[in-house]
Amino acid sequence: MAITGASDARTVPPAPPVATMPVSLEINGRRHDLRLDPRTTLLDTLRDHLHLTGTKKGCDHGQCGACTVIVNGQRINSCLSLALQHDSDKVTTIEGLGQPDHLHPMQAAFVKHDGFQCGYCTPGQICSAVAVLAEIKAGIPSHVSPDLAALMHPTNAELRERMSGNICRCGAYSNIVEAIADVAGAVA
Amino acid sequence: MRAFTYERATSAAGAAAAVAHHAGAKFLGGGTNLLDLMKLEIETPTHLVDIQDLKLDQIEATHDGGLRIGAFVSNTTLSANPRVRRDYAVLTRAIQAGASGQLRNKATTAGNLLQRTRCPYFYDTNQPCNKRTPGSGCAAIGGYSRQLAVIGTSDTCIATYPGDMAVALRALDATVETVDATGATRVIPIADFHRLPGATPEIDTVLNHGELITAVTLPKPVGGAHIYRKVRDRASYAFALVSVAAVVQPDGSGRVAFGGVAPKPWRSAAADAAIPHGAAAVVEQAFAGARPTHDNSFKLTLAKRTLAAAMAQVRTA
Ligand SMILES: Cc1cc2nc3c(=O)[nH]c(=O)nc-3n(C[C@H](O)[C@H](O)[C@H](O)COP(=O)(O)OP(=O)(O)OC[C@H]3O[C@@H](n4cnc5c(N)ncnc54)[C@H](O)[C@@H]3O)c2cc1C
Ligand code: SF4
Ligand code: FES
Ligand code: FES
Repeated sequence: MAITGASDARTVPPAPPVATMPVSLEINGRRHDLRLDPRTTLLDTLRDHLHLTGTKKGCDHGQCGACTVIVNGQRINSCLSLALQHDSDKVTTIEGLGQPDHLHPMQAAFVKHDGFQCGYCTPGQICSAVAVLAEIKAGIPSHVSPDLAALMHPTNAELRERMSGNICRCGAYSNIVEAIADVAGAVA
Repeated sequence: MRAFTYERATSAAGAAAAVAHHAGAKFLGGGTNLLDLMKLEIETPTHLVDIQDLKLDQIEATHDGGLRIGAFVSNTTLSANPRVRRDYAVLTRAIQAGASGQLRNKATTAGNLLQRTRCPYFYDTNQPCNKRTPGSGCAAIGGYSRQLAVIGTSDTCIATYPGDMAVALRALDATVETVDATGATRVIPIADFHRLPGATPEIDTVLNHGELITAVTLPKPVGGAHIYRKVRDRASYAFALVSVAAVVQPDGSGRVAFGGVAPKPWRSAAADAAIPHGAAAVVEQAFAGARPTHDNSFKLTLAKRTLAAAMAQVRTA
């Protein structure tokens, strides 16, 4: 579709101004008071308004997991959430998990096991992986858990199933699971 | 995404009134389906009423031994609830077979019930679709229909209800509780909740505009072996081609609902009665009058095999 900027400007009337709304987010331990267009997703808030660009946009439709962040201890897709839904929530992004000079154990394990190639899916993979181990510890069952009454264990099958919401186009999956299993062994 | 205004409701009846008195308003649960569709401008609400502050996030025992699940309880919380795992395991299994960990953390019980179809033409706004744009036609009839419904369809729409959780709720005879703007409540059996398309495929359920789901209630446990079996194009994180929610008693009787085959979770008394006679007999009853397309007639065979596998799982459980 060849719609030029010029013809666009002639034919499309300017959108009416949208009333912004206040929202307060605690991101990586720091409070941010913002005014946002209600349409702003949590993902766009992080990347475009707060310049926390570690969280990635892959599909913008809940299908890839690149945008995974941890909100009040639970992983979610930040692309399918409005910032306004998270007033007063505590958000942890890849930047908050650890920094190059003090890596989170999961970040260190991804480096050690080569759990990435291009790295685009990696922040989402790592946030998801940290939450997966917490979910297993909390006894939340998965599709592959053999016994719903038993304790949950970080087996290979469990890790693969629980990480299925994070797609890696480079196919680094086997090393990703090794990295997570390494951390799981250390925390078990 | 089209512009909209946003509010957080503080009472259930207030939320219902806020939507009822605003033609373009919608409730916002987790947002994992609604925001997806708003980005594509398939849904274009002008006002969102967020129900997260209504304290609809409790799971409590009912006086007759059942369980009342608040509309805002997340899919993860519901599936991990100890009583659900023990007494309604088919529900835990169905929820865990759907979507991803991230989505289940955000998705709510009511939002899951109300998720819209995954018909590829419904999602493609360049295509005619009676469900998205009433009267525009149906690109799926005569088009790519492999994923679509084999029964309960009409000449206007052959889409499926895509969810997993509701298939288990159908097998468990759940009821859906609602409140409207006047504060009036009603209880809708899950069997009557989702509609068949008929001449109005744009209407998915029997809910009225502004009617808020407050809870889903499960009757007292029925015991038996609980199985949810889902067949999909990849091992995880994909919608069902066919799924089976089965509860089978030691005497061989039971109940079975099918997902991925119809505009609603599909169950019939005749099919339940045929369970002691095996999977082929059940499928013959459940799918009597089916109108599959060339592309999706395989679902009838797949339903039989999936149910047979579920019944084999019961015998070894
Ligand atoms: C990539 C992907 C894969 C998925 N795979 C699966 C799968 O395999 N199986 C499966 O079952 N699902 C799957 N899903 C769908 C997912 O389960 C739904 O998106 C989710 O359950 C919707 O819940 P929600 O609370 O986010 O709903 P929302 O998006 O908030 O709402 C959905 C609808 O319900 C209405 N609503 C919400 N709450 C109420 C209420 N209390 N009363 C009245 N109306 C209300 C809203 O107005 C809206 O119309 C998938 C989704 C994605 C994005
Ligand atoms: S099957 Fe239904 S949802 Fe799909 S294109 Fe036809 S009318 Fe639309
Ligand atoms: S960007 Fe959110 S899931 Fe792909
Ligand atoms: S490392 Fe490239 S997408 Fe995963």
